Amino acid sequence: MKIGIVTFPGSNCDHDVYHVVKHACGAPAEYVWHKDRLPAGLDAVILPGGFSYGDYLRCGALARFSPVMEDVVEFAKQGRPVLGICNGFQILCESGLLPGVLMRNASLKFICRDVTLRVEGGETPLTRGLAGQTLTMPVAHAEGNYFADAETLDRLEGEGSVLFRYVGGAPNGAARDIAGICGGPRRNVVGLMPHPERAAEAILGRDDGRRLFESLLS
Amino acid sequence: MAKKARVYVTLKRGVLDPQGSAVNRALHAMGYGEVSDVRLGKYIEVTIDEKAPEAEERRRLEEMCKKLLANTVIEDFRIEL
Repeated sequence: MKIGIVTFPGSNCDHDVYHVVKHACGAPAEYVWHKDRLPAGLDAVILPGGFSYGDYLRCGALARFSPVMEDVVEFAKQGRPVLGICNGFQILCESGLLPGVLMRNASLKFICRDVTLRVEGGETPLTRGLAGQTLTMPVAHAEGNYFADAETLDRLEGEGSVLFRYVGGAPNGAARDIAGICGGPRRNVVGLMPHPERAAEAILGRDDGRRLFESLLS
Repeated sequence: MAKKARVYVTLKRGVLDPQGSAVNRALHAMGYGEVSDVRLGKYIEVTIDEKAPEAEERRRLEEMCKKLLANTVIEDFRIEL
């Protein structure tokens, strides 16, 4: 199981994700520069967090047009796993691989703290055997306020595509307390605002996030 | 010849605008009680080469808005040529 981690100008969680996949989970990982194409032989692609293109215009709006994204869209359409974390989630929404948009937090403040998530919905590559469980990991964002029209939200709920919900209310104003969703032809595209890679080793305080990576790698 | 197109990107009606609400509250605190609502948007100047008929310019600007300048899930846009 080989994981490709895309680095955009301004990505800053790519090394954390690489460390967790390669060193904490012991799986092969490689960086993919946003101007390159996806190398052959990848089993999953991760769009990490950060501030691609300085968040200019809208978060993720410019990254979506990086050359690598053509391949990522194709990879996703083939039903292969694509995970977007934080800014990666914003890029997936901007590129149309996932519905909705991440707006400015209702408080207008950058929020950096641990949150507890409930895993819901149908199974995905990231959440095998985890439905119904709660996981704690940090959020760190100013634009995590998930929005979609009521019809889209109802559809997502109906299909079991709401994957992660904040327990005790969304810190950022997200519709229906949504922290992460899935899409794609085989529920293979997953986006979430919290950072599982920052809670993946007990020595660093928590390892709930590692369970998502272990699911992806299994 | 270059000409300037003006693009206004605004939040759709019904989409909450916490920045606008904060500015609204600040204006009230400053004594401008007549203000009942504030909505923030973006103003974008796009300088283009004047070589296509205006209808074509407009069509291409609309395409730019739909593809990049606005996120039509939450935003409307208006183009002035």
